Amino acid sequence: MVKKGIERLYLGLIMLFLYAPILTLIVFSFNDSKSRAKWGGFTLKWYKNMLNDPMISKSLYYTLLIALLASVIATIIGTLAAIGIHVMKKKTKSVILNVTYLPVLNADIVTGIAFMLFFVAIGLKLGFTSMLIAHITFNIPYVILSILPKLSSLNKYTYEAALDLGAYPMQAIWKVIIPEIMPNIITGFLLAFTLSLDDFVISYFTTGGGVTNLSITIYTMTRRGIKPEINAVSTVLFLSILILLLIINKRTDRNTKKLGGINI
Amino acid sequence: MNRKWLATPYLIWMVVFIVVPLVMIFYYAFTVKDANGTRFALDHLMKSFDSKYMVALGKSFLYAFIATVICLILAYPLALILVKRNKGGAAMLFIFILPMWMNFLLRTYAWLSLLETNNGLLNTVLRALHLPVLDIIGTPKAIVLGMVYNFLPFMVLPIYNALAKIDNSIMEAAYDLGANDFKRLLKVTIPLSMPGVMSGITMVFMPAVTSFVIPNLLGSGKVNLIGNIIEQQFLLTYDWGFGAALSIILMIIILISMAIMQRSDEDMEGGAGLW
Repeated sequence: MVKKGIERLYLGLIMLFLYAPILTLIVFSFNDSKSRAKWGGFTLKWYKNMLNDPMISKSLYYTLLIALLASVIATIIGTLAAIGIHVMKKKTKSVILNVTYLPVLNADIVTGIAFMLFFVAIGLKLGFTSMLIAHITFNIPYVILSILPKLSSLNKYTYEAALDLGAYPMQAIWKVIIPEIMPNIITGFLLAFTLSLDDFVISYFTTGGGVTNLSITIYTMTRRGIKPEINAVSTVLFLSILILLLIINKRTDRNTKKLGGINI
Repeated sequence: MNRKWLATPYLIWMVVFIVVPLVMIFYYAFTVKDANGTRFALDHLMKSFDSKYMVALGKSFLYAFIATVICLILAYPLALILVKRNKGGAAMLFIFILPMWMNFLLRTYAWLSLLETNNGLLNTVLRALHLPVLDIIGTPKAIVLGMVYNFLPFMVLPIYNALAKIDNSIMEAAYDLGANDFKRLLKVTIPLSMPGVMSGITMVFMPAVTSFVIPNLLGSGKVNLIGNIIEQQFLLTYDWGFGAALSIILMIIILISMAIMQRSDEDMEGGAGLW
């Protein structure tokens, strides 16, 4: 009994440690006083300020646009890649997968500066395009890694049966393989979208010319001093990520139950 | 048509945007530009060994190491408790790893506004309780706190996964053979969870040692870690070759320490006398 109590206390303390800072942030986004310690009544004015702040709305626009474009493009390239890599010889496969893992394993700051040097060397001005390319690149591995395990659990004879029945390879892939791996494609897409929405370090090094995402804006604002508007931005960002994650989690849960897929 | 051709767009993308940029780092680190054009040189590498930068590197490893140890101490019991709860634990795990997906800047900023010496909530509460205030913003303590807070979920997840995989019949066998709870933890659970511990250490140590945001925000820019120095070379002083050299040194040291850890892990498993 005592042991159970200690365990509960421990879980509670860690939960407090993890969530108290974020909850404080959310609560104070509704605080009428500018102070971060005293409650001055409920207000939505920081949210209004946030919507009227050109810098915040511009970076929100870029964040969403880049996340959407990068995750769609990464999903298309990554899905095709996974289908191709799946049927490769073992040796080629492992070489390709090792290179694919590089951006996942490498320190973000190194990936970021590698991109920056590369873009400058090829003469691409740092801005929207360079940030988009960087996002697509770090998204693709996650799409491939969410699809590959599912491909190996597929019955390979259904594809061959489709060919025997006269389907062109393209038709067989489109009508047989794609529907089967659809849940994993969508999970990969959502994962890519979330990662892109959240990225700071790589975006920080690959952008320029006034193109910023929300993370960069928060960083710039914080360095100039704390503003209550950041609390409002944070709350909105936190809730959107939470909703996205609940969707992803529900999907993976269902897939695991139905198909024995792999949880990420 | 062979299906493997479908990977072609990706393979081109991979070579151009993953391999070539990494090669660029090496190119910048090992060349200098002067009146005679670009030539191979070790100048940047030599400059990196200046004591000023080595101290920053040492500090980065020290703080990241302390943060990793604290994460491990906090996360292991947590994972043990969660695994014991079976189904309920799996649901609770989600709560403990959820912060991992929250915006990194936001998490760091949250502590910044909590810890502020004069106006922060924490100190206001402490003052109201007539307790001494916490003045740690701008010190290594705040940086380590930020690292622990940001990366703790990365330690919990792999340890939980490793513990959940342990076959219950092994535990029962140990029990039948007369091992008590403590002995089972020491001789069965811990050795079998080592792969999880190792990947947890990697997942915490790597981002901690290379971080430049945490020292900038929670250290108020007063403590320069290697990540800050690399950042400054690219965005402040524009000494790209030197920045590239520093990041190569950083990567090599990380790789070596990971390799050593992997090895000591094998030694430990071999010498633990599990059977």
